[in-house]
Amino acid sequence: MSLLHLDELKQILRECAGEDESTDLNADVLDVPFADLGYDSLAVLQVSGRVELHCRITLDEDDISTMTTPREFLALVDAAPAAGSVA
Amino acid sequence: MTAATMTTEAMTTEAVVTGIGVTAPNGLGTQTWWDAVLQGRSGIRPITRFDASGYPVRLAGEITDFVDEEHIPSRLLPQTDRMTRLSLVAAQEALADAGVVPAELERYHAGVVTASSAGGFEFGQRELQALWSKGGPYVSAYQSFAWFYAVNSGQISIRHDFRGPSGVLVTEQAGGLDAVGQARRHVRKGVGLVVTGGVDASLCPWGWAAQISDGRLSTRTDPATAYRPFSADASGQVSGEGGALLVLESADEARRRGRRPYGTIAGCAATFDPPSGESRLGRAAELALADAGLSPQDVDLVFADASGVRAEDRAEAAALAGLFGVRGVPVTAPKATVGRLSSGAGGLDLAAALLALRHQIIPPTVNVGQPADDCPIDLVTDRPRAARLRVALVLARGRGGFNAATVVRTAS
Repeated sequence: MSLLHLDELKQILRECAGEDESTDLNADVLDVPFADLGYDSLAVLQVSGRVELHCRITLDEDDISTMTTPREFLALVDAAPAAGSVA
Repeated sequence: MTAATMTTEAMTTEAVVTGIGVTAPNGLGTQTWWDAVLQGRSGIRPITRFDASGYPVRLAGEITDFVDEEHIPSRLLPQTDRMTRLSLVAAQEALADAGVVPAELERYHAGVVTASSAGGFEFGQRELQALWSKGGPYVSAYQSFAWFYAVNSGQISIRHDFRGPSGVLVTEQAGGLDAVGQARRHVRKGVGLVVTGGVDASLCPWGWAAQISDGRLSTRTDPATAYRPFSADASGQVSGEGGALLVLESADEARRRGRRPYGTIAGCAATFDPPSGESRLGRAAELALADAGLSPQDVDLVFADASGVRAEDRAEAAALAGLFGVRGVPVTAPKATVGRLSSGAGGLDLAAALLALRHQIIPPTVNVGQPADDCPIDLVTDRPRAARLRVALVLARGRGGFNAATVVRTAS
C-alpha cells in the first residue's frame, strides 16, 4: 500500500509549483523527468517538503537531488522512514 | 567605469526609449494610465488589500483591477511576489510596444536592469508567518529568491530568455532613475537592448509598519487631500504600488529596427545628501544637465519628486528656483494621482515625460490648486497644459538621502 499515489503527487505538484501550459499532467507522466514537465530543482524541493509533511516522513536531500521522475520519487517516498524516527 | 576609460564614441552613443509598459493604480497599461493622468483620475483610495483599519494610515495608491491568474502562468504564481507579477506584465507590454521579435533578438545582448526598494515584502511576510506559527518545514522553498531585490530582473530575464547583463539598483524612490542610468551605461557599452525602470509593491501589514515608521505618510483619510505636494496644506505622502518598465536601446539600433523612439535619455546623475540633511537634489539636476550637454534654459518641463512633506517640498522648490529662477520653468507631478511608488516612481515619471514630449502636453498635478508661498514654482494644476516641449527634467529623492536626476529629450 503506497504512502503516496501518483494522483496525489500530481495534485501536490499543481499546488506547489503550478502547471506548465505546454504539459498535460493528466497524461502518463510516471517516467517523464520532472524537468521535462516544467519543474526545476527548486520546484522539486518545494514539493518534497510538502510531501514530507503530508506523509509524515523524512526524505533524504541527496536522494531528492538525484531522482528524476515521478516513479523514482514515489519509490523514495515508499522507502522513507517516518518523520522523527531513528534512521 | 569612469569617463576617462570610455571611448568618445561610447560616451556619445544615444540611448533611446522604444517601448513603455505600465501598471499603475489608475490604469493597467500605458494608454489607460496616460488617459487617467491627463484627466486627473486618481488611483488613491482606502486600502482593500489588507485590513488597514488598525493603522494611522489607511490610504494608498492600490492597483485594484489586476487579476493575477489572467496575466501570470500558473507555474509562476507560487514563486512570485505581487511586485514580480506586476513587473512581468509591464515588461511584456514594453517589449511588445518596442516591437521586439524574440526570434530576432541576440539573447546575450539583451539585458534587464530594474530598481527595487524592499524586495517581495508580501511574499516574505507570508513565509515569516509560516515560520513563526508553524515552523521551518512550512516555509516555501521559493522564499529563497521571491523576496530578493533582484528577482524582478531575474524573472523578466528568464521569461524572455535574455542572457545579457542584468542587475538591480536599490535607492528607494531614486532607484528607477538610477536603473535607467545603469541601463544607458550598458547600451553605451554595446548591449543591444535593456529592459529598465521599476515596479514596486509593499501593500501588506509588514510593509505598512515599515513605511509608517518614519512619519512621512499622511494620516488623512480623504483621498483628495492626503497627498498635496507643494501645497501649504501638505500633510505628507501617500504610498502606492506599481510602476513602469521601459525598453532602452541605441538610436542606431532603433533606426535599424524601424522603431520610432519616444525620446532620448540625454543625461543622468545621482547625488547623496550629507548627514547634515542639506539637500543635494539641485546638484544632481545640474550634473544631469551637464551630462546632457544642456543648460537650465533648455529645459521646458520638470517632473518634480514632489514629496508632500513640507520641509522637503520647500527644499525642492528652492533647488528649482536656484536652477531656473522663481517660477522659471513649468513643474508638474502626475504622481499626485497615484502616490509615491518607491522603486516604481522613476520609470513611471520617465514614461510621463516621454509621453509629454510625444504629445506636446503637460499632465496636471491634481489635488493641489495653488502652491504654497514658500514653494514659488509654476506648478501645472487642474488641467493639462499644451506646450512646446523638447527637454524634460525628472527628479527623484529616495528615503535615506538618495537623489537622482534624468534629462529626457526628443530623439534626434
